[in-house]
Formats: sequence, C-alpha cells, structure tokens
Amino acid sequence: MFILVGLSLFSQAQKYTAESSAVSFFSDGAIEDIAAKNSKSVSILNVTTGDVVFSIPIKDFEFEKSLMKEHFNEKYMETEKFPKATFQGKITGFQNTAVGEQQANAAGKLTMHGVVKDIEVSGTVEFINGKVVMKSKFIVKLADYNIAIPQLLWQNIAEEVETKIEFTYKAQ
Amino acid sequence: MKELEASQKPEITYIGQTFKGTRIINGQSVETKPMGALEFIFSHRFGTINSGAYTLWGLDDAFVRLGFEYGLTDKLGIGIGRSSTDKTYDGFLRYKIARQSTGARNFPVTITAMGTTNVKTSPSEEENPLITFEDRLSYVAQVMFARKFSTNFSAQITPIFVHRNTVEQSEENNDDIAIGIGGRYKITRSLALSGEYYYRLNPHENTPYYNSIGFGLDIETGGHVFQLLFTNSLGMIERAVVAETDGDFGAGDIHFGFNISRTFQIKKPK
Repeated sequence: MFILVGLSLFSQAQKYTAESSAVSFFSDGAIEDIAAKNSKSVSILNVTTGDVVFSIPIKDFEFEKSLMKEHFNEKYMETEKFPKATFQGKITGFQNTAVGEQQANAAGKLTMHGVVKDIEVSGTVEFINGKVVMKSKFIVKLADYNIAIPQLLWQNIAEEVETKIEFTYKAQ
Repeated sequence: MKELEASQKPEITYIGQTFKGTRIINGQSVETKPMGALEFIFSHRFGTINSGAYTLWGLDDAFVRLGFEYGLTDKLGIGIGRSSTDKTYDGFLRYKIARQSTGARNFPVTITAMGTTNVKTSPSEEENPLITFEDRLSYVAQVMFARKFSTNFSAQITPIFVHRNTVEQSEENNDDIAIGIGGRYKITRSLALSGEYYYRLNPHENTPYYNSIGFGLDIETGGHVFQLLFTNSLGMIERAVVAETDGDFGAGDIHFGFNISRTFQIKKPK
C-alpha cells in the first residue's frame, strides 16, 4: 500500500498539464486563405519519459468567417462523427534540466477524422520557471486523413495545411 | 489518453446546421444567421408547369422575392424582403429560443420563434383609393421545432398563425392557423433533398385555396446555397404560402422555382 502511494506520488510529480494551448492552421487557397485558431485543447506531458498526449476539440476552431467554420465542421472534418483530433506519442531529444529552448522530436499516433497515422515532427521544448513550453509546426495533408475536398469547393482550400501548436504546461 | 479524458469536464455539445439555409422550401427553418453575417436571398417562382408549351411550362411568368437577413447575435436575426407577387414588403425578427444539445445537457430540439409584418402595396392607392394602409397589413407568428435526427436527416414542425387585416369574408378568414412539417435528407455533403407541407387547421368553408406542398433539392457551394424546388405556392412569404396557395398540386398546378442565398460576413465573429 505504502509503495503504491509512493509510486503514484512519484509519477504525479513528473506530469505536467497544459494550462494554455494554441493550435492553429493556415491554408493557402487559390481564392482565399483560410486560417483558424483553437485554444480549447488539453494535454498531459510527462517530462521524465517524454510521453505526451493531447486532444483537440474540432468544433472549437475559430475562423474569420462563420461560414468557413460551418463548412469546416460539416463538410471536411465531419465533426459530429469525429469530434476530436488526438495525438499520443513520445518527445525525445530534450533534457529536463537544460536551460533555454531545445530542439526536440515527437513521434506517435495522430488521430483525426477517424484515421490514425504515425507521424514524426520536430519542434522545441523550453523549461521556464517550473513551466514547460512546447512548440511545433508541421504540415498535414488532407488526403492522409481521408478528408475529401467537395468538388464544388475545391478552389477554396489547399490540399496541405500548415499546422502550428503551442502548449504551456505546469506541474500537476 | 484515458487520464486525459478523465481530466476533461463533460461539455454541452450543441447540434447545429439542422438545415442548410433559413428556408426549407417556401417556409422558414429554425436556422438563424450567425452574428455579423448578412444573407442575401433571391427567390424565384415561375408559372405553373401545366400551362404548357405556350408559356414554356411556366417559365414566361416569373415572380421574385429579394430579401436580406442579418444576424444581430447568433440567436437574433432581423430581415426584410420584397415580393413581386402582390408587391408585398415583409419585415421580421427571428429568435432562437433553444438549441438541440447532447453531452452535459440533453435537449431534443432546436426552437426558433419568428414574427413577421407584411405590407401589401398592390393595388396602388391610385388604382383603389378606398384601401387604407391598415387594410394592407398582415401579421405572421410562428414557432419552429426542429430536430436533427442524424447528420443526414432533420425534420421540423411549425405551428403558424396568420392574421390578415382585410380579407374577402365570403371565402377567407382573417385568422388562419396551420401546422407546417418539413424535412431534409442529405444525399452527399453538398446535396440534400427537402420537402415541406402546410396543413390548414381552419380553412374557410368556401376556400378556393389549397394546402401548400413543396419538394426541393439543395445544392451548397462555397458561399452559396441553391435550392431548386417544385411547389403549388406562388407566394414566397408565409402569409401567401399558408393562406393564399391557389395551385392544386394533384392537378399539375406546380411552379418551378429556386432560392439562391449568399452569405457575407459583415462583422468578424468574436
């Protein structure tokens, strides 16, 4: 019993939860550029093992035009069927004692629109005053996640979108 | 991942986009425009198909309604329109009272209430100086209850009340009550089939009019919704649809028509 409690305390100390999050994407379309931001994601990072999970609620992406948001949810992401995008993986290449921004890599499974894909992305990790800031920028190909562009809408959206994430964690 | 899910509070998920547009066919839907969005809606009804080749199956006769609707908030909309049928102006307010939701709060339907005032400007004062401004007025109140049963299927029931200040008493009521039912079924992400029927509860015993019925195909492109439709109603406002539908659908008095709507974002959403 004592050992169990001790273990859970120990593991608690290594875990950080995201206190703020910013996930955004940008699509360079032929007719109009489309950008959206989401600040409602949740994430847990284990700084000892590098294990990280995050969950992004699709309906909380905010666009410049309300019609874009409608189309994004109804036609592309099918949000009622697939309400969340999640990532479960491991971050490697950082020291949890080092100061300043460190390059790091993350590898794991990104689940979106009902499709699971193994991805590897690079980014940065920085420890500041007991907080951890993690940033990354990567490209998502719509076709990889079976996100079909409706024929009548094709000019409006690029087939690849640039995605940026920034999470700030504090100890649990 | 389980730990992450456990840490999240249960949320209310609102079910939106019950219909593609603010109209099902002739009648209104529970949809409101989002805050800051302006919809321009251009509707057309042609003559009856059974008028034959001489009028190119009705295409020679065209009736138009031009309308605007603006989202003051996500729930409250205001609109105006003008129909060439009877040269009628309409103005309305639409308010979304409740939204269908799941998750932390379950609510089965979306409810929207709407009030409309119409001014019929035909015949003109010169043509008939006896008609007063009050005679030209009519009012409509309706409450729409809609449920999105699945991503593809939505249905709506609409109790509707129409008051006309001046009518032909021998065959028309000042007050008409009807129940509207409507639905849509999405066949692809951008195409949907729709249908609508208004059943009059208290038609005048000598009424020359019919219950309104309509079928349509909704096509959604980037910023437009095209609704192609067939209906026995010539009017494009509720007063005319509920109380003045003069086509007998069974006898082939069917009008081809369309609604085209385009939404502009006037103010950025918050």
